[in-house]
Amino acid sequence: MYQTNYHRASSVEDAVKLASANDEAKYLSGGQTLLPTMKQRLAAPSDLVDLRHVGEMKGISVNGGKIRIGAATPHVEVATSAEIAAACPGLAHLAAHIGDPHVRHMGTIGGSIANNDPAADYPAGLLALNATIVTNSRSISADDFFTGMFDTALEEGELIVAVEITAPAKSGYAKFPNPASRYALTGVFVARHGDGSVRVAVTGAGADGVFRHAGMEQALASNFSADALDGVTVDDSDLMADIHASSAYRANLVKVMAKRAVAAAG
Amino acid sequence: MGMEGIGARVARKEDKRFITGKGKYTDDMVVPGMRHAHFVRSPHAHAKIKGIDTSAAEKMPGVIGILNGAQLTEDAIGNIICGWMIHSKDGSPMNMGVWRPLAQDTVRYVGDAVAVVIADTKAQARDAAEAVVVDYEPLPVVTSAVEALKTGAPQLHENAPGNLIYDWEIGDAAATDAAIAAAAHVTEMKIINNRLVPNPMEPRAALGVYDEGEDHYTLWTTSQNPHVARLVLSAFYNVAPENKLRVIAPDVGGGFGSKIYIYPEEIVCLWASKRTGVPVKWNCDRTEAFLTDAHGRDHVSTIKMAFDADNRITGFKVDTIANLGAYMSLFSSSVPTYLYATLLSGQYNIPAIHANVRTVYTNTVPVDAYRGAGRPEATYLLERVMETAARELGVSPAELRRTNFIREFPHQTPVIMCYDAGDYDASMSAAMKAADYDGFAARKAEAKGRGKLRGIGMSCYIEACGIAPSAAVGSLGAGVGLWESAEVRVNAVGTVEVLTGSHSHGQGHETTFAQLVAERFGVGIDSVSIVHGDTDKVQMGMGTYGSRSGAVGMSAVVKALDKVEAKAKKIAAHLMEADESDIVIENGELKVAGTDKSVPWFQMALAAYTAHNLPEGMEPGLKEGAFYDPSNFTFPAGCYICEVEVDPDTGVTEIVQFVAADDFGKIINPMIVEGQVHGGLAQGIGQALLEGTHYDPETGQLLTASYMDYTMPRADNLPSFKVSTTETACPGNPLGIKGCGEAGAIGSPPALINAITDAIGNNDLTMPATSERVWAAIRAAQ
Repeated sequence: MYQTNYHRASSVEDAVKLASANDEAKYLSGGQTLLPTMKQRLAAPSDLVDLRHVGEMKGISVNGGKIRIGAATPHVEVATSAEIAAACPGLAHLAAHIGDPHVRHMGTIGGSIANNDPAADYPAGLLALNATIVTNSRSISADDFFTGMFDTALEEGELIVAVEITAPAKSGYAKFPNPASRYALTGVFVARHGDGSVRVAVTGAGADGVFRHAGMEQALASNFSADALDGVTVDDSDLMADIHASSAYRANLVKVMAKRAVAAAG
Repeated sequence: MGMEGIGARVARKEDKRFITGKGKYTDDMVVPGMRHAHFVRSPHAHAKIKGIDTSAAEKMPGVIGILNGAQLTEDAIGNIICGWMIHSKDGSPMNMGVWRPLAQDTVRYVGDAVAVVIADTKAQARDAAEAVVVDYEPLPVVTSAVEALKTGAPQLHENAPGNLIYDWEIGDAAATDAAIAAAAHVTEMKIINNRLVPNPMEPRAALGVYDEGEDHYTLWTTSQNPHVARLVLSAFYNVAPENKLRVIAPDVGGGFGSKIYIYPEEIVCLWASKRTGVPVKWNCDRTEAFLTDAHGRDHVSTIKMAFDADNRITGFKVDTIANLGAYMSLFSSSVPTYLYATLLSGQYNIPAIHANVRTVYTNTVPVDAYRGAGRPEATYLLERVMETAARELGVSPAELRRTNFIREFPHQTPVIMCYDAGDYDASMSAAMKAADYDGFAARKAEAKGRGKLRGIGMSCYIEACGIAPSAAVGSLGAGVGLWESAEVRVNAVGTVEVLTGSHSHGQGHETTFAQLVAERFGVGIDSVSIVHGDTDKVQMGMGTYGSRSGAVGMSAVVKALDKVEAKAKKIAAHLMEADESDIVIENGELKVAGTDKSVPWFQMALAAYTAHNLPEGMEPGLKEGAFYDPSNFTFPAGCYICEVEVDPDTGVTEIVQFVAADDFGKIINPMIVEGQVHGGLAQGIGQALLEGTHYDPETGQLLTASYMDYTMPRADNLPSFKVSTTETACPGNPLGIKGCGEAGAIGSPPALINAITDAIGNNDLTMPATSERVWAAIRAAQ
């Protein structure tokens, strides 16, 4: 790791100010991607602004179907929250299957979506749940937020403060982990919303990061059952291919995981 | 057996310090003035070095020195050697390419070291290493051994045309071909044994200390065989004469073969310590370990097995291409030859065997022995083909094996080995019973109802351990003898120190070797200390690999104990005025048989050192040494049965049952043996199901150089193992021990793959059987 300067932010305002003071500064949340990358000398921020002690960025609240999760909330809290389990069981299941216990105790929802790793779990959840990403300056819909592999709508220095979700009628997540990294080789989040619409979001498989699958959404909107997906085809031409899986295998997994997610949603 | 003697299930003495973080490993060693090394490594798999510019790096903070291959040559440091000479079938010696500890003209794999930076801190050394500018001229790359043999392939070493190291054969080609021609049935397969990265928990490290006042060197290192390291560093690498070089391998966190070899970094740390005048420590990070530790396996074989009308094997023909990487590592030449093809008879009567092996240079990390070393490769061929043949012949896999089992011992195979003892039927029957083999059909039907494909697979392995009779291996090309040494020192208060040339890096010697003493003299194992891993303490030894510490190392201890016992009895007889032949040792006392006269063990020991009242002419003290050279290999064998359920939608394999029935001969500590089997099974299952090593064929970059991409087996990949043992004592050594360190890794891959291929109805499946490969094989079979 190269030398870096550590700053502990006390508030959102303080964090943004600290980060803007230096061009090469980076926000540090759970550090589950950033710190290993720095240790491998693949990232060299001059300054780290630690968000883990910003009270307004932490915690979970659920009020009348409105879920708010502070950006610096670790995965384990989402995974074990009784309120989340009741309001959106698919999200609790997702959080419970991120990485391993160490990762879940350190990694945060804000850190995960800001990085938008193409194999991370949360992007699928938030996209399917039609979440709103609240930053220090605005609110961004998940559809607009995830703009491509490792790419988001965040401006330079913009800081995610919280994620807001309207509890869906049903939700389910099925993950096929990469056996080595335990990231999603393919993960599919299915949500049936109060208005009857269905959103299906896929992580791990897309050549350009998380994406929604229109064919499956249509099929499930008219018949929310795993069988409804039998006739849907998943085109592998926009899917990722690497040493871990071909695009054809990922296409198969997208369908199989989608069916399992629907089954889990009940 | 006593409470702590042979056969006792004693908890490991060494574990307290290991699990409380109190072990002392090479990287824990700190000496005054110590500085840190970081190696500048090639980012190219094959390139000419046009120049190395260190001018900017030398000015970096904390830099003490930057050394390269030219300076190594200046100081006449030798080439890295391969210590086992193999001759091609035309009689020519193997083509050993030049391997310099720091590459001088050409780099041949990604990670090849070209320079070393010594600096005050690790971070400073790494910073400066990044500032070293190496001018490379990239050359074409080849990573696959099959491709490397083709005309027009990039050439690695001038003296190895076509990248061929040797073209070796064993057995009778004509007889084997005739058997195949006359066969009622021939099963043919093409089988790949996948390349593996060893991944011991502790990465390699070295600390070289040159003492100018004494003109003496000390090397702390992560070695399985510090004496061999000293010998090679002295005799071949010209670092220092043996009497001026001390090698210490303290606690070592696993090796699996990868810490047998003397690596460039160990040579460089010692040499650089003198050259720069400071003690030099290096330890590698995990990716550096992936890039530079010797890998294992990497064979491509085509095989034919011939059967007569009664399903008896009449011939077995094997053609293997083995990838040895960019350079020949220390024992690399022996692995795909004498450690491999000599086991191709398996547990079976096979009248004619022929194997041809071509070893090949490629732009990859050197390949050498890895847990099992050649024997897993042989077993995988045999046990895949036996199961496949049974399916083709329409007989049960168990029956086909039974029909062909060797039942009379000693048995001379057509490929050198003479099996001394075994009962293969006993292992198979025990395994089948434990696995409820007969109930499989019902379990398969039940699984089908749940949408799962259930399969069962068997593997009957044999291996050769206790390596090895020195004269025999010498005649086959080994550069060293493979005996072992021991010294038993009884202290004046009766406590005992056992010095051994074996080295423990996880095997539990501090417990099992002490159990031998407890058994013999009735002293508690806490009164026995095992001393190993230091050339200043133990005079000479050959180290630990090839499951040899029990069969060879302990046999040396037994020989030394015999001598101690004889002298102790003489002393006791003298003290009690009895006849020496009437003395028996029981419960820590030397007794006169049939009387109530006795002398406590400690009192006898004290008498040996006070020397006030010793027999006429006897020297004081009680200390004896011995060297033991085995008369034969030992032949552990067993039967493994694996049962799996495959999810047809995803191709995911779940191991629902794994049974191991092993014959290790006499067992010193059943708990440690079970641990060895468990670990071996985990590694074998890792190979069969998970561990894929990927080099980019165009660039030679190692794509699986971290745990993000290389899949190690984890607890949730493994079932709870059902292990048991049967016993036929080894007649060749005093304890009847065969060895247990590698069996799990040798026997398990074919059992698992046979189970999956049974489940999916397709015999064409390559390791690692990833979910995608299994999914594709299911679709191909439909």
